Amino acid sequence: MSEIHIDRKVLSDLQEVMEDGYLQLLETFLADSEIRLSQLHGAKNADELAHAAHSFKGSSSNMGAVALAELCRQLEDRVNHGPLQGIEDLINQIDREYAAVRGLYCDERQRVSIG
Amino acid sequence: MSQPAHDFEALTVLIAEDGAADRLLLATIVRKQGHQVLTAENGEQAVTLFAEQRPHIVLLDALMPVMDGFEAARQIKALAGEALVPIIFLTSLSEEQALVRCLEAGGDDFLAKPYSPVILAAKIKAMDRLRRLQATVLEQRDQIARHHNHLLNEQRVAKAVFDQVAHAGCLSAPNIRYLQSPYALFNGDLLLAAFTPAGDMHVLLGDFTGHGLPAAVGAMPLAEVFYGMTAKGYGLAETLREMNAKLKRILPVDMFCCALLLNLSFQRRVVEVWNGGMPDGYLLPAGGGEPMPLVSRHLPLGILTPERFDDTTEVLPLALGERLFLLSDGVVDTSDDNEQLFGVERLRQVLGANRRPALLFEEVLQALEGFRGRSRDDVSLLDIEVVEPQLLSPPPVIYSDSGQSSPLDWSLQFEFRADTLKRFNPLPYLLQLLQEIHGLRAQSGALHSVLTELYSNALEHGVLGLDSALKRDARSFASYYQMRNERLQALSEGFIRVHLRVEPGPRGGRLIIEVEDSGKGFNVSKVLARPVSEQGLCGRGLNLIRRLSRRAEWVDEGRRACVEFAWEALA
Repeated sequence: MSEIHIDRKVLSDLQEVMEDGYLQLLETFLADSEIRLSQLHGAKNADELAHAAHSFKGSSSNMGAVALAELCRQLEDRVNHGPLQGIEDLINQIDREYAAVRGLYCDERQRVSIG
Repeated sequence: MSQPAHDFEALTVLIAEDGAADRLLLATIVRKQGHQVLTAENGEQAVTLFAEQRPHIVLLDALMPVMDGFEAARQIKALAGEALVPIIFLTSLSEEQALVRCLEAGGDDFLAKPYSPVILAAKIKAMDRLRRLQATVLEQRDQIARHHNHLLNEQRVAKAVFDQVAHAGCLSAPNIRYLQSPYALFNGDLLLAAFTPAGDMHVLLGDFTGHGLPAAVGAMPLAEVFYGMTAKGYGLAETLREMNAKLKRILPVDMFCCALLLNLSFQRRVVEVWNGGMPDGYLLPAGGGEPMPLVSRHLPLGILTPERFDDTTEVLPLALGERLFLLSDGVVDTSDDNEQLFGVERLRQVLGANRRPALLFEEVLQALEGFRGRSRDDVSLLDIEVVEPQLLSPPPVIYSDSGQSSPLDWSLQFEFRADTLKRFNPLPYLLQLLQEIHGLRAQSGALHSVLTELYSNALEHGVLGLDSALKRDARSFASYYQMRNERLQALSEGFIRVHLRVEPGPRGGRLIIEVEDSGKGFNVSKVLARPVSEQGLCGRGLNLIRRLSRRAEWVDEGRRACVEFAWEALA
């Protein structure tokens, strides 16, 4: 079920690259994502919204959160090229998707810290 | 993970990325590849860090707060100056327009998210190669520029030194016109002219093999020999032998000097020519007509050993208004776009068509330009007009001694016998000796001319028994001098005695020169009775001797000449 949300291959590669820093990477991503979400919700104009979607897309793709990255890509595309209807709905989807992956990353953190 | 290669050199890599997780991931990847990492959260920090730490490579996120990647890239490139600091844009930008903006801002490459450590390592390596290539190019460029300046400076110095030597001559004489490109010296071209003590003019147009400094190095010793020996009164043959021997000694085997030398006597209206490897020079008739070529009959200077060197010259009569025209190979060897040479025929047409001597150089250069489609700067041209000797004023010889120790009461006798006469010219020694008499210095030109004339009469008509009537016309002139050389080479007996007597007088003093030879003598009264006009070419120069000295007589059936010079006491 988690494979829909996260590419496990990416996670194992990340762990191999980061070694001892893997745990810190997971925590940094989770903290960073909270900031991106609040930027998505607090955006005062299209530019800010597009920028937040773009950054969130980049970090989630790096972390293997493929579905989240795809939603962010759609949002960025919509903000830049329209149509603007349904944007609210897209942001809500991102919220839900993040809630799902957040749990998975927390589990991963748990797994690594227990070792 | 890839292992560092053998020639691996750790770089400092600046990472500017506003997402904390991406920054951490990227920093870890780069660090694991063995590099030092600097991190920045926005463009402004990146620029500051770059200015402080001068990292080798920069990884820049395109979209960042405070200052975006585009602006940061522009500022970093400006700070980097000529050095190549590769910038790799970190982006998930997928739109063409955005990628173009990255390149326009100075980006050298892209790295897409999600990051691949393998691709990143390959890109850093490729960028490092570029960076080093650029650094090498810059270093070599600066080195070349330094060397170039150094070389130019050396050339300036060399030319200045050389000009000091070359300008010792008489290229500024009123009957000489010449054209030489400012850097002809570095084309190997050499143009020298100087008066002999007797008022004759020695001229050399030379062309060293090669270009640049190597072609110019031989010019200095050649010029020194030329000026030194000309000033001491040596003739062309001795000067040529000395120049050849010197160049043979100092130049590498593949270097030599083509040269055309002239000894112009405006008094006696003859020119002596030696051409070794230069293009034909020309004797141009007064008032137009067929130019007469001065053909190369010898190998260039610096090739043959002194024993094998041939100093045989040709002697031609001259008439007022005739001109000698010399040129470097740049003229006839000029080729057009189809590799066709300008050639001798075209040159002769230009020479033949010339009506106003003052325009000759212009016409030659125009013909070359028309032929080739562009002008060239390695042409040397020289034009000498035959004028009355009074029009030329050889610079007075400057003496450094006071004259107080001048010897004033002595006599000397030399006897030069066959073997010596063959290869030794005693005149410079005799003339040098007579220079010691200060009272005579004002007449040194006349003294040189007279002594030269007396000696050549004694040698040619006396010892060698050549009939002066042979020099009657221009055609037989050449055969006369050919015969002279043959007889001189075969000479086995005979002598010339030179007796010099210096006597002080109540107010000044006098010099008596006696030149005696072993020849058959001549009918003095008959020769002297001839009208001056007839004496022209074949008069043994007796008229000249009588004109220049105070008293001249021939005794012992013409075998002995007695000539007197006198001077007043110096104030």
